[in-house]
Amino acid sequence: MSLLALAYWQETGIKLGLALAVIPTTSLVLVYLFLFKMMAFMQSRLGPNDTGPYGSLQLIAEAIKFLQKEDIHPAQADRRVFRMAPVVVLASTFLLYVVLPAGPDAVVENLDTGVFYAMAVSSLSVLGILMAGWASANKYALLGGLRAAGQLIAYELPLILAVMGVVVQAESLNLQRIVEAQATGEIFGFGAIGNPFILTQFLAFLIFMIAAQAELTQTPFDMPVAETELVGGFHIEYTGFRFLLFFMAEFGTAFAFAALASVMFLGGWWIPGFDVDDNILNILGPGVMLGKILLISFFIFWVRFTYPRLREDQLQKFAWKVLIPLALANIVLTGIFKVVF
Amino acid sequence: MTATSDREQMAYVSAQAADARVNVELDTGDMTLNIGPQHPATHGTLRIACQLDGEQVVVAEPIMGYMHRGYEKLCEVRTYPQCTTLINRIDWLGSFANEVPFILAAERLMEVEAPPRAQWIRTILFELSRIANLALFLGDMGVQIGALTPVFFAFRDRERVLNQIEEVTGGRFHPNFDRIGGLKDDLPKGWIEETHAVMIKMRTFCDEMEDLLVGNEIFQARCRGVGVIPSDVALGYGLSGANLRASGVDWDLRRDANPGLAWNEVDWKVWTHPDGDSFARYWVRLQETREATRIVDQLLGGIPSGPIMAKVPRIIKVPAGEAYLSTENPLGEMGYYVVSKGDLGPFRVKIRTPSFNNISVVPWVMKGVYVPDVITILGSLYFILGDIDR
Repeated sequence: MSLLALAYWQETGIKLGLALAVIPTTSLVLVYLFLFKMMAFMQSRLGPNDTGPYGSLQLIAEAIKFLQKEDIHPAQADRRVFRMAPVVVLASTFLLYVVLPAGPDAVVENLDTGVFYAMAVSSLSVLGILMAGWASANKYALLGGLRAAGQLIAYELPLILAVMGVVVQAESLNLQRIVEAQATGEIFGFGAIGNPFILTQFLAFLIFMIAAQAELTQTPFDMPVAETELVGGFHIEYTGFRFLLFFMAEFGTAFAFAALASVMFLGGWWIPGFDVDDNILNILGPGVMLGKILLISFFIFWVRFTYPRLREDQLQKFAWKVLIPLALANIVLTGIFKVVF
Repeated sequence: MTATSDREQMAYVSAQAADARVNVELDTGDMTLNIGPQHPATHGTLRIACQLDGEQVVVAEPIMGYMHRGYEKLCEVRTYPQCTTLINRIDWLGSFANEVPFILAAERLMEVEAPPRAQWIRTILFELSRIANLALFLGDMGVQIGALTPVFFAFRDRERVLNQIEEVTGGRFHPNFDRIGGLKDDLPKGWIEETHAVMIKMRTFCDEMEDLLVGNEIFQARCRGVGVIPSDVALGYGLSGANLRASGVDWDLRRDANPGLAWNEVDWKVWTHPDGDSFARYWVRLQETREATRIVDQLLGGIPSGPIMAKVPRIIKVPAGEAYLSTENPLGEMGYYVVSKGDLGPFRVKIRTPSFNNISVVPWVMKGVYVPDVITILGSLYFILGDIDR
């Protein structure tokens, strides 16, 4: 079923354009809603309130500020790698958006190996972070880059293993199939709201959220950035627009991971009462997805503003000794239930 | 190697050589990381030169003097009342507490004693500046280990205490209110009730910090067992204040060497903790903040009436002599050794600041810790840069 009667290249062009526009927009939404407003209210501050209604134009002001800044290269930096690093990080975010579905047809590319692809692409950002840490010729950046590498590799595993539970239950790696499996599923014979996998895969959901927090380097696991010890870590030497790229990638990835979580655990774009391939869901779906994504991002940022930071060795211990065994147990249990019922 | 043939011997020798080569090539060496002088964890311009092996600290050396302002020398060319202006700026977060020991030392040389009312108000303001100072520590420790929110709560609630100090003295940070023989002014109207209300707020703040940080598993994992200073080491390095009490030494100048202020008129407790780690230092300061609110509450109830200024000449000349006097300041023992030759100003002032000694334990305690722990330990030792470089 084609969305519009367009040639393949036209359709692809539109979709890619949308995906490109979506990264800055989504990161702006998250930054304004959570970083500016929610954080401020949690910390008994007002947040921006002068620029525009409720300070909503503050973001534009910030963006202009970043564009005006001087583009500084450290004298000792490996200039080519230094320039490439933020682009690599942003590219990983961008590629992640390719498979995120927002409706039965509202997806850039409906890959059969969607989950696999998303996991593979999201770990690309490590490369960019390592490049940034190494090329900056700064000891703090180097420490941050190495910490990021160790951390992201450790947390990639529980992330993938947690997702495996969902994949086993949905019997598919395709993100659209996973949504359909949740929409057509039943809870003890009651199928009106389908079967959002958060109910049966609650453990996997928890592991996924914790690992995503580490993957996004948000606060309990933000050692690669760690303002008070590494003063910004791998992006310490970046100014102006290059820093903005890192910043956008951070929040764009947060948005993408929230989207992944809502697709895999909260039922995605499906609305109870509609057929899974109803055309109207192409219009309503993105709205539903946005609501679920904001809900999940709320939890991500809530944790970020509440908790202190773990130490690197404690983080590794937590990943290898707690999360991975739990995720493995979850897969085994899911498999047993899948066979028995 | 007689038993081995030439071939085996050659293999052995070449293997040894290869090992040696690998060892030479893989000798990663230590990396020197300068934490500071410009670094958020140093609250100013302290520099910690760390030799790192990976993320582990081999040697850490604090280097100070980036903010040396020569206050001891400057005091020599000022009159006694003028000196308090400088002394205010040593520990800039609890500045009224700085004035008191200097003024008391001068009073001892002049053999003047402030009237009881002045002594009580001095004690109240002293404890208020302790609360203002420690409240910031309670929040700031969260920032050092990555929790952003507590410090904003700390700034919000410290403001209430600063308002109370400002209402009496006219200055938030640099009151310059203590005079030889008493105080500049009396308390304003309605101040006592307001302060009672603020003390209730501060106790709520302490409970909040307890919920946000002390009870938090991550905070405990980061602080417990990190930077342990046993009591003998703490005494050996001359630590004082909460850093010493957190190592289990029951020592508080307010109780042990009360120089005439009103502390022994009220009921309070000296808190100690046996562990000596970063968590103990945080916990002791939290309890001390609570205790200080209790002290203020009790003192407010019983301020004696009478004058606030003893009879002193208009132009103050301190008779020749020497006096050393120290009090238990928010950061620890702060002492002033004042030498007078009978002039308008002191001949020599030696200032013993707590942070200077507290930071001297850094090379001992930071051997073998990780980089994040460096920040935890620095945060929990709680120094103020003006107090190190005066």
